[in-house]
Amino acid sequence: MSSDMVVLKNVVKRFGNIVASNGINMNVRRNEFFSILGPSGSGKTTLLRIIAGLERPDKGRVIINEDDVTNIPPYKRSIGMVFQNLALFPHMTVYNNIAYGLRLRNLTEDEIGFKVKESLRLMRMSPEVFANRKPSHLSGGQKQRVAIARALVTQPAVLLLDEPLGALDLKIRQHMMLELKRIQRTVGTTFIYVTHDQGEALVMSDRIAIMHEGKIEQVGSPREVYEKPRTKFVANFIGEANFFEGVMREGFVETNFGKIKVKEEIPASRKVIVSLRPERIRIGNAAVGSENMFKVKIIDLIYRGDTLIVIASLEGIEIKISVPAIHPEVMRLERDKDTWIGWNSGDEAGIFELED
Amino acid sequence: MRDRILAFFSALVYAFLYIPIIIVIVFSFNSSKMLGQFTGFSLKWYDVLLGDRVVWNAFYNSLNIALVTTLVSLFLGTLAAYGVIRLDVGGKSAVDGLLYIPIIIPEIAESLSLLLFYKFAGYQLGWLTVLLGHIAFDISFVYVIIKARLAGFNRSIEEASLTLGANEVQTFVKITLPLSMPGITAAALIAFTLSFDDFIKTAFTTGPGFQTLPLVIWSQSARGGVGPEINALTSIIIAFSMILAYIYTKLASERS
Repeated sequence: MSSDMVVLKNVVKRFGNIVASNGINMNVRRNEFFSILGPSGSGKTTLLRIIAGLERPDKGRVIINEDDVTNIPPYKRSIGMVFQNLALFPHMTVYNNIAYGLRLRNLTEDEIGFKVKESLRLMRMSPEVFANRKPSHLSGGQKQRVAIARALVTQPAVLLLDEPLGALDLKIRQHMMLELKRIQRTVGTTFIYVTHDQGEALVMSDRIAIMHEGKIEQVGSPREVYEKPRTKFVANFIGEANFFEGVMREGFVETNFGKIKVKEEIPASRKVIVSLRPERIRIGNAAVGSENMFKVKIIDLIYRGDTLIVIASLEGIEIKISVPAIHPEVMRLERDKDTWIGWNSGDEAGIFELED
Repeated sequence: MRDRILAFFSALVYAFLYIPIIIVIVFSFNSSKMLGQFTGFSLKWYDVLLGDRVVWNAFYNSLNIALVTTLVSLFLGTLAAYGVIRLDVGGKSAVDGLLYIPIIIPEIAESLSLLLFYKFAGYQLGWLTVLLGHIAFDISFVYVIIKARLAGFNRSIEEASLTLGANEVQTFVKITLPLSMPGITAAALIAFTLSFDDFIKTAFTTGPGFQTLPLVIWSQSARGGVGPEINALTSIIIAFSMILAYIYTKLASERS
């Protein structure tokens, strides 16, 4: 048995002049929580709909559980889908919503009743309370759970989720993230989760594919994509980053404010961009002795509760530094004062070659 | 001052609209045959009406035409709306435009062209020619109403059904149809009403021996002035229409 549950081979999909999928190759492993992350218009939902069979690719193959399903309609694929607006059947009770897929599979009413109740319990919803309610009498979080229960109860090979948390408010969203992770671990189904929210992707995923303009920029674990972004887009999209332009020399990058020592090796004299996470930059006395040290002027201090964001100017370039709010240096930082910042080679998130 | 003028003209408009109707209803209960004076309450014109075979026959014909028209135009109009909204096929805007036209062109022109067509094709005028004319006209109204309902319909609900294992036909029967029911009922009511009281097209396309209720009312009114029997008949039709209008507004408010 192959370790891949879903495989996309060179998938191309155009809508008029827009290329939604520009030759996508993607492997989703069995039992993993896989996220497709990207800004709106990056083609992530189209990709999910192609896996579901709701869109037909112009080119390429779609393989689910070792079967080529490229030309097979959605109702013959082993999939479940949770839609952005949840798409519960408004004219049916919670029970009948969840039973819908089971009835199409010719189960007895006893088996259906058992499975519906079991799936409601998995969602931590009491069947006695909720089974006979209509969707209009459920809260946002409850609708969410019913939609997931409905999609999972037929035991599909893969569950597709299209930004299902988008409509929920922050507290419930954070709670549902952990719930989704728990559900995925309990049932062991392969989840493919589409989102534009990097927080959701980082918290829940085993691996993340980052999409941009119809292409996958990078696939990796949350830690990999955050700490080792392969492109400038990824570095910018996941978390925050400072970017310094310069020219590659032996072991350092020459910028217009000085030399930056770096670990990565890129052929000399290429134009590059160094990306540096705000939390990797030390400030004040803590910066002293770093391999890269620069004098900056503090422009602004933004208090965020757990962290303090320092906006500083380095020869006219704006730099963002994030310091724990309890850091001893914090007391000494003042607006319009000069201070030191510093970091060592290897602290950079990545160096990207600029295309001329 | 402006308010009073407004109130005055509003009252005038309503009076003009409703006083004739009230007079018809009141005089349907008049014991005298004369229209001029009300001599006492009586149900005798309703009794006469019940015994009138011509009226009964025309009523049966109207009901027959209206019911068949409603069923057929509902079926075809719904399919057309579903096709234009849902299917990925060419020529949709042409279909859409052609279905709107019968609503716009004057009924007299449509009726005349229908008649000429029937003559040209050598059809015997009667039940079938009246029915076809009504259906051709009502499909457009059904189409417009159902299309609006389907356009406001969340596509992902149908897609959810597909991902749960239902094919297109099952999805249509179990999801699309039940959720379109308020629109379909409204369309049915309108189609029925339009057909039931249609006069112009029926007059043009009917043949000897086939009379509908509006034709009977017109011919009797034209011949000897409006008799009290016709008042009774009109009152019944008004009551019937009010019930349909009530059901329609009820459904329309449920929809929103």
